Amino acid sequence: MTLPIYRADDDPGPSFVDLLSRVGQGPRWDVQGVPGSGESPLRMTHATTVVAVRCADGVVMAGDRRATAGHLISYRTMEKVFPADRHSGVAIAGAAGPAMEMVKLFQLQLEHYEKVEGGSLSLEGKANQLSGMVRSHLPAAMQGMAVVPLFAGFDTRRGVGRLFEYDVTGGRYEESDFAATGSGSLHAGTVIKLGYREDLTTDDAVELLINALFQAADEDSATGGPDLVRGIFPMVATITADGFARLEDDDVAARFRALLETLMTTRGTTSMGAAPGSPPTTAATTTGSKKKGGAAK
Amino acid sequence: MSMPFYVAPEQWMKDKADFARKGIARGRALAALEYDDGILICAENTSATLRKISEIYDRIAFAGAGRYNEYDRLRIAGVRHADLKGYSFSREDVDAQGLANAYAQMLGDVFTHEVKPMEVEILVAEVGETPDQDRLYHILYDGTVVDESGYTVLGGEAETISERLKQTYQEGRGAGEALQAAVGALAGSDRTLAPDELEVALLTRNSSRRAFQRLTDAEIGDLLGAASTPAAAAAADDEAAPPTTNGDDSATE
Repeated sequence: MTLPIYRADDDPGPSFVDLLSRVGQGPRWDVQGVPGSGESPLRMTHATTVVAVRCADGVVMAGDRRATAGHLISYRTMEKVFPADRHSGVAIAGAAGPAMEMVKLFQLQLEHYEKVEGGSLSLEGKANQLSGMVRSHLPAAMQGMAVVPLFAGFDTRRGVGRLFEYDVTGGRYEESDFAATGSGSLHAGTVIKLGYREDLTTDDAVELLINALFQAADEDSATGGPDLVRGIFPMVATITADGFARLEDDDVAARFRALLETLMTTRGTTSMGAAPGSPPTTAATTTGSKKKGGAAK
Repeated sequence: MSMPFYVAPEQWMKDKADFARKGIARGRALAALEYDDGILICAENTSATLRKISEIYDRIAFAGAGRYNEYDRLRIAGVRHADLKGYSFSREDVDAQGLANAYAQMLGDVFTHEVKPMEVEILVAEVGETPDQDRLYHILYDGTVVDESGYTVLGGEAETISERLKQTYQEGRGAGEALQAAVGALAGSDRTLAPDELEVALLTRNSSRRAFQRLTDAEIGDLLGAASTPAAAAAADDEAAPPTTNGDDSATE
């Protein structure tokens, strides 16, 4: 590889995406010659529910681990919440392939800027960068490959957590309390809305998101709940002044187990469900309900 | 129109080399040393923003001596080279050797084909999984690459400083002692360098993905203080403690 050196009047600047275009590797999201019907003729892998909530010390983000292709589960351990840089995170819902590529490019864009310029972009600047990427992806979204991210971070200049929602056109909306996107976002969002308070501690916010994801998984077949059989649990990350930190799997597992315990003791078992007295297991709820759904159709 | 005189290629190259060396000698020097937990790079630099030492990639750092605009351009090209390579292939495939070769080609081309050679010397340092995988590539203005082991010095008076460092450098020492050796060698016997006159960065072996860490003036002071012998510690205290000393210093300068 030759050294990409440019004359001063011809320099691509600190943007990695512009540099990629200059060397002929610029991302092309859409497929040429396919009309934009909003639906894809292919069965593509989709990532689903991600949520974020603001708390006293910053922001908490979480996402389930399921990827679906049509009505089938295609991947059980997908990660949808990523560190964007030290003080921010990005979470994705939508067509999995382009979404992962967008995250990779976004992470590189922030790191590249930081290294070239010798300092980080402002949080606002990072949010705008992501907005531009989603907008450039619009033609692909029209072909059924929509990617809708969430961006959250700790604004080190203002000393607060902030979060941003996007639409497929790259529209950027800063949310003051919480944000949810993906197929289970309606249910997850409602749970967060009911439990949200202005002064949530980080720990309370984590609990709230875990509850929200559980309820979303309970209602939406494309959202994965806690998988006790395989030991797969949704991913949760906190972003505070100390930076992006992913919660340990054991910690998340313990919180889900506690939630299940509470739900079982407070609710009791429905007589229409399993044999009286035996509590419903989660494995039965997740895999069983899908099969039932399929049979009912 | 007068005809240009014939100049022998040997003379032409020598003139260019002398020109480049003179330019580099005007700049202040920097030293890079391997220590027990990675690589330490220390430059004499009074500016807190115009940097000589920078991050290129996860485990690779860059340092330049000579003309700032020229080595800064090389630095940015290095960041681009590494990021493009990591994006096209994988992060693991980015290494110092490839980058050093790319720099060498570029500097060699400029030296032979352009009217003015670049007045820079650069360093590409990479911290490995184990100390024997650490790399220090010292690249000269004409594209010569030197694979250094242990330590290297770039910039003005490099030979004198290198001679001083040779006497104090030891393998496998802590960061504090390594920094002290570097600062001692850069300063020489007749002057001292305060933390705000230094730019120091570390490539730490057992760190997270990005091994590059730039030290603040306070951290440099702590590191120098912690490792110093009683006599040196007293000298450092004298420098740091009373603000009047600083005032006197600036008055005499």
